[in-house]
Amino acid sequence: MSQYISTGPDWTFDLIEKYDHEISLIAEGFKLDTYPNQIEIISAEQMMDAYSSVGMPLNYNHWSFGKHFVETQKGYQRGKMGLAYEIVINSDPCISYLMEENTMTMQALVIAHACYGHNSFFKGNYLFRTWTNAGAIIDYLLFAKNYVRKCEERHGKENVEAVLDACHALQNFGVDRYRRPTPISATEEKRRQNERESALQQQLNDLWRTIPKSLKEAKPRAKERFPSEPQENLLYFLEKNAPLLEPWQREIIRIVRKIAQYFYPQKQTQVMNEGWASFWHYTLLNSLYDKKLVNDSFMFEFLSSHANVLFQPDYDSPYFSGINPYALGFAMYKDIKRICENPTNEDKAWFPDFAGSDWLTTLDFAMRNFKDESFVQQFLSPKVIRDFHFFSLFDDEKKTKYKVEAIHNEGGYKIIREMLAKQYDLTEREPNIQVWDVDLQGDRSLTLRHIMKNNIPLGNFTEDVLKHLHSLWGFDVHLETVVDGKVTGTLSCPNKQPKK
Amino acid sequence: MSYIIDRRLNGKNKSLVNRQRFLDRYKSQVKEAVSDALNKRSITDIESGENISLPPKNINEPMITHGQGGNNHRVFPGNKEFTAGDEIDKPPQGGGKGSGSGKPSNEGTGDDEFSFYITKEEFLNYIFDDLELPNFVKKNLADSKEFKKVRGGYLTDGTPNNLSVIRSMQHAHARRIAMSASKRKKLKALNNKLETLEAASEPDQEAITALTIEIEDVERRLKLIPFLDDIDLRYRNQVKITKPSSKAVMFCIMDVSGSMTQDIKDMAKRFYLLLYLFLERNYEQTEIVFIRHHINASEVSEHDFFYSRETGGTIVSSALQLTRDIINKRYAGSEWNIYAAQASDGDNWVDDSPNCYKILKEDILPQVQYFAYVEITDKDHQALWRSYQNLLKEQPGLFAMAQIKSLGDIFPVFRELFMKDKSKVEA
Repeated sequence: MSQYISTGPDWTFDLIEKYDHEISLIAEGFKLDTYPNQIEIISAEQMMDAYSSVGMPLNYNHWSFGKHFVETQKGYQRGKMGLAYEIVINSDPCISYLMEENTMTMQALVIAHACYGHNSFFKGNYLFRTWTNAGAIIDYLLFAKNYVRKCEERHGKENVEAVLDACHALQNFGVDRYRRPTPISATEEKRRQNERESALQQQLNDLWRTIPKSLKEAKPRAKERFPSEPQENLLYFLEKNAPLLEPWQREIIRIVRKIAQYFYPQKQTQVMNEGWASFWHYTLLNSLYDKKLVNDSFMFEFLSSHANVLFQPDYDSPYFSGINPYALGFAMYKDIKRICENPTNEDKAWFPDFAGSDWLTTLDFAMRNFKDESFVQQFLSPKVIRDFHFFSLFDDEKKTKYKVEAIHNEGGYKIIREMLAKQYDLTEREPNIQVWDVDLQGDRSLTLRHIMKNNIPLGNFTEDVLKHLHSLWGFDVHLETVVDGKVTGTLSCPNKQPKK
Repeated sequence: MSYIIDRRLNGKNKSLVNRQRFLDRYKSQVKEAVSDALNKRSITDIESGENISLPPKNINEPMITHGQGGNNHRVFPGNKEFTAGDEIDKPPQGGGKGSGSGKPSNEGTGDDEFSFYITKEEFLNYIFDDLELPNFVKKNLADSKEFKKVRGGYLTDGTPNNLSVIRSMQHAHARRIAMSASKRKKLKALNNKLETLEAASEPDQEAITALTIEIEDVERRLKLIPFLDDIDLRYRNQVKITKPSSKAVMFCIMDVSGSMTQDIKDMAKRFYLLLYLFLERNYEQTEIVFIRHHINASEVSEHDFFYSRETGGTIVSSALQLTRDIINKRYAGSEWNIYAAQASDGDNWVDDSPNCYKILKEDILPQVQYFAYVEITDKDHQALWRSYQNLLKEQPGLFAMAQIKSLGDIFPVFRELFMKDKSKVEA
C-alpha cells in the first residue's frame, strides 16, 4: 500500500491542500514562523498581469506598466522566456500565486519555496519588520489606486501622468536609507492625507515669503543654508518643500515614495531571501521524501528544476549574467548548516562564534538580523568561495588591463569577501545624490550634489531625470558632481551655466 | 492554516488599461510605424495585426544610475587559470566581462528595438485615424463579416418579442388534448355508468352519489390542466447567415509620370486601401486590377504599380480606354460589381481631357457602381479637373472627385458611397 500523496503529474485542489498540510507540518518541526498563507491559482495571462504591475495584485494605472506588459507578453508568446513559477507578496496573509500550468511537483516546490521559505523570511527579517507593514500593504495599494484615479478625474490624466513619470524617475532616491520610517496603513494614511491637504492649503510657506522685512531686520546676515543638513530622500524633500506643487501632487509623490520604500528591503536582501527560500524548499521536500510521502519520479522532477534554478554559469560562459542570488544564498545557508554540524579546523578558526552550534538557531539568527551586504561579510566561508571559484577583478579606467586582485586562496578570502559584500551594498550600487542647497534669496534654484566615488560617472539618462526633477521643483535645478569636496562639474535644467 | 483560492476565473486583462495608456502615449510613433508597415504591405493584406518597433531611446524610463567608467572592483565566479596579480587585457569595447557591463542598468541592453504586437483592429484603427473616418464607417470596416438574420424554425426558448403566438397556442392545444385524453375517457365511462344507474327502475342513490363525486373529481382534474403552459411556448428562431456572396472588381488607375512623387503615391495607396476595405466587407470576392499610365497605359502588378517609376508626358484617356477594354473583356455581365478609383496629380495632355470625359460618360460610367477620382496636388486645377466637374454635375452619386492635400481629405470622396451603404444597413 503506497502512502504517496500523489504519483501523477496532474494537480488538483485536494492534492494542493494535502501537500500544503504535510509541508506545513514539517515546517513547523523546523520552527519556521510564517504569516497565514493564501495560495491563489492563476493562469499564465494573469501571471503576466501580475508581472507588469511590479508583482503586486493591484496598483495604480500607469503607461509604464503597460509597456512592461507588452514586453512580457511578447517574450512569453514567442517562447523566449518562461514565466516565473510563482510570485509571492509580502503581505499578511502572505499571498502566493501558483500558475495553473505547473505540474504537481512544481506546485509542491512552489508551496515550499514561497509559502514557507519567503513567507518566513518576510515575517522574520529585520528589514522587513522595520520597513514594511505586511498587514496594510494591500489596503494601501487600493487606497493609492483609488486616489490616483480620483486625481485623474479631477485634474486630467496627462497631468497626473506627468507627476507619476517624474516620481518614477526619482524613486530610487525616494527612500530613507538610514532613518526608520513609520509603517504605512491605509486608513491612517487617508485620515492624515485629508488633514495635510487642508492644513497645507491654509498655511503660508514661510520659506517663500516675499513681503519685505522691516528695516531693522534687514541687516546682512550670514547666508543660511536650506536644508540645513544635506538630505538623501529627494522625493520626501520635494513633497515637503517644492514651492509650486498642489496638494494632490504632493500626495502622489508620497504614494510613489511609500511604495518605493516598501520595496527597498527586497532590493537589499535578494541573496538572503532567495537563498533562504531555496534552502527551505530543498530541505522541506527532502523531508517529504524521507517520510516516504513522495516517490522517486517526484524527486527527479524536483531536483532537475532545483538544479536549473540554482545554476551558476562561470564568468566566461555565454549564459553569465552576474552572480545568481539563488545559488549564492543557497550555498551560504547550506554551508552555515555544515559548519554547525561538522566544522573543520578552518571553520573553527573563521567562525568561532557558531562553529558546532545548533544549526537551526544559527540559521534563524542569520536570517533575521542581516541584509545581503552584512550577511556576506559575516557568513561567506572559504569553502563557498572555493566552490564558486570566486576571483576579484580591479578595473582602473586609465589602464588597459584588468588586475586580478584576489582569488580563492588563503590570501584572497578576506578581500573577496569584502569586495562581494560591497557589491551588494546599495549605497555603493546607486550613486550618492543629496539635496544640497536651495537658493532662498535668489532664483530659488535647487542644487543637488553627487558625491562621486571611485571616479564612476553618472549614467546617460541623468539629464532626462533632471528634467523631471525640474518639473516638480518648478525652478532651476542643478546637479553638481563633487570629488574630494570640490565641485568638478555641473548639470543644469534648464540647460544653462549657473552663475558663479 | 492556508487558504487556497482559484483565481483563474477572475479577469485576466487587468493590464489592458495600462497597455492602452502605453499605446496612447506613443501614439505618434506607433502611427508612424503603422504607416511604414502599410507602405510595405499589399493593400489586400489587411487580415493581420502588425509588429510595431519603437526605438528604445524614446520609451526609456530614465533613472539616475552609475555610468560606464571609473574604478571598479568586481567579483566573478568560475576562476580557472588566474592567480592574484595577473593582468588581463580589456576587451576592445563593451565586451562580456567588462566592468560594469553586467550590472543591472537600463543602458546595458544595447540597441534592441522595443517591439510588440498590435491586433488587426488596432492596426486598422491607426490607419482610420489619419483618414478621419466617421465612426459608423470605422465600425463597418473593422467588422470582417456582415451577417443577415433569417428565420430558421422555432425554439423552446427565447425572448418575449420573438414569441410565436400561433405556434404556442397550437402546442398548448395539442398538449391539452394529450394530457386530458385518459381523463376524458374515464369521464365518458363514468357518465355512461351514471346514465345507466339513473335509467334503472330503482336508482341506487348511494351509488349515484358516489359516482357523482367521482365525476366531479375527474372534472376538477380536467380543469386543472393548464390552458397554456411554459412548455407550450415557441419562439421564432433567427439564424445568422453571412451575406450572399457576390463579386466585385476594383480598378486602380494611377498616373505614374515623373511628376508623381513617392509621397503622392503613398497617399494614393490609402485612397485605394479605403475603397478596397469597403469592397472587401461588402463582397465575398474582390479582385483588383492595377492600371498605370503615362502616355501609354498598361496593366501591372501591385508592386510595379506603387514602386516603379516612369517618366514622360501624361495621357489619361489611354488608361480609361484600357479600363474600358478590360471591363468588356473580363468583367462583362451583371455578376460583377465594378468600382474604379483614379489618382493623379492633375496633369494631362491638354487636348486629351475632352476625350476622357467622353470615354467616362459613354463607356465606363454606365457599367460601374462608383467612380472616384482624386487629384493629389496643391496646384491650380487643369483641364482634366474641369471636364470631370461636368460629370460630377451630371452623375452625382455615381461619380465623385476631390482634391487631396492631406490624408484627411480622402474620405469625403467616398462619403456618398458609404452613405448609401449606411442607409442600406439601416433599412
